[in-house]
Amino acid sequence: MNTASSDLLTLVFGIFGVLILASAIGYMLQRRFSANGPNAAVDNLNARIKAWWVMVILIGLAFIAGRIGVLVLFAFCSFAALREFVTLINTRRADHWALASAFFIVLPIQYYLLWAEEYGIFAIFIPVYAFLLMPIISVLRGDTERFLLRIAEVQWALMICVFCASHVPALLTLDIPGYEGRNVLLIAFLVIVVQLSDVLQYVWGKLFGRTKIAPNLSPSKTVEGFVGGVISATLIGASLWWITPFTPFQAGLLSFIITLMGFFGGLVMSAVKRDRGVKDWGNLIEGHGGLIDRLDSVVFSAPIFFHVVRYWWSLS
Amino acid sequence: MGLAGGEIRMKALVAKIAAAAVVLFARAITAVRAIWPEEGLPSRPCVYFANHSSHGDFVLVWAVLPPRLRHLARPVAGAEYWLKSKLSAFIGRDVFNAVLIERERENRTQDPIELMTTAIDDGSSLILFPEGTRNQTDARLLPFKSGIFHLVAARPDVELVPVWINNLNRVMPKGEIVPIPLICTVTFGNPLRITPNEGKDAFLERIQAALLALSPKPLGSGE
Repeated sequence: MNTASSDLLTLVFGIFGVLILASAIGYMLQRRFSANGPNAAVDNLNARIKAWWVMVILIGLAFIAGRIGVLVLFAFCSFAALREFVTLINTRRADHWALASAFFIVLPIQYYLLWAEEYGIFAIFIPVYAFLLMPIISVLRGDTERFLLRIAEVQWALMICVFCASHVPALLTLDIPGYEGRNVLLIAFLVIVVQLSDVLQYVWGKLFGRTKIAPNLSPSKTVEGFVGGVISATLIGASLWWITPFTPFQAGLLSFIITLMGFFGGLVMSAVKRDRGVKDWGNLIEGHGGLIDRLDSVVFSAPIFFHVVRYWWSLS
Repeated sequence: MGLAGGEIRMKALVAKIAAAAVVLFARAITAVRAIWPEEGLPSRPCVYFANHSSHGDFVLVWAVLPPRLRHLARPVAGAEYWLKSKLSAFIGRDVFNAVLIERERENRTQDPIELMTTAIDDGSSLILFPEGTRNQTDARLLPFKSGIFHLVAARPDVELVPVWINNLNRVMPKGEIVPIPLICTVTFGNPLRITPNEGKDAFLERIQAALLALSPKPLGSGE
């Protein structure tokens, strides 16, 4: 067995251990607090734990299937996220072909470019080609009502749901000396740090939260939760250095950047939700709202993480 | 004889597979989600009445119903549209077991109300679009046709379940051929019944209001 798969195995056992522990705690809380009727907080926690099991198993299966499995998984995530996003924006009949091409042409091409490892086009396809071509498709129908708003929203939807999200599987294309064949662990590192940061912010906030950090955007987020979550997720990230090409200090620093981006990404996406007058992006995952509700922090941290690693560690 | 029996079975099998494929496709595009009423759905045959903006409307209602109730449900649709070609006749009749009614009063050979009451007497539920045609206007609902009143006047014990289908008109506006994936919801309201001595206009007004009450507020209106 090579080191990549033995590290992955250790990681998988570790994650399963954490999830089994979480499920056991959830079960005990339910016995304790929900004996005489449902308890919203405990039910929500248990729904979240159940959804994590599903996520971990799905990501695990994708890792087993290799590069194609990871690409297909994230292409589907982009599809579902784009569907949630477009549901909430101001589209008109005249945008029909632009939207159809976003789903059925732009999205598949972006993931194909990853498959073909065409980094040069991958990095500019949506910011340049889609950016210029989509408004052209929309303008051909001659409907100028709220035109700037409509084309801006479609571009934003593509940037967030397809361009940014595709930077998670893009980690597979990096060529880091001494780290060959282990890139899948970079995805695991990113996803674990971001998700743990979300969870730990929630837990710290529930335990010690006093001061609201952004009452207009997200009433449940507190300064105590933010500080506690970021510090503890950074420390856990540092302790995962052995699955990365980084030293413990570098792994901690990168985790710090990831958790900050994730936190502010969550704020930006809640501001968008507030603007559209909804509480959740959708109902895809029980207990988690929509897919974007779970992916917002990953989507904001993935491109920065990718480019930092690419600039300082990668050859290509 | 054996051949004919085999052919019928074959056709039924193809219809079953086609129904599953249509539902799977509808779910993949719309991730459709049902919102159920507090009182739950009637377990006895009933009439689901819904807003109508797309040819796919009944597919979504059909797809979200629990299997036990789905098997009872038959959409009521225009014979003129669904019998136009062999394929659409197969989809209408064999795949979705539609109750096909003739909409043009002058050339009718069968009474639509009688077709519907027969289906209900046989133990089926109906999926009905009382607007009578697809709504292409900016109004949220078109005025209801009177058929639904005559139906419940003939079968006053049958419960009526209002069903609001949201967003499907944006998925595939009239004249487009490629659907845009968007999340759709199907909201079921509490069952209603006609009250004794209730007049046609009062009844139609009451059930239209019950249906409109299920429609969500427009996006971007804040809290």
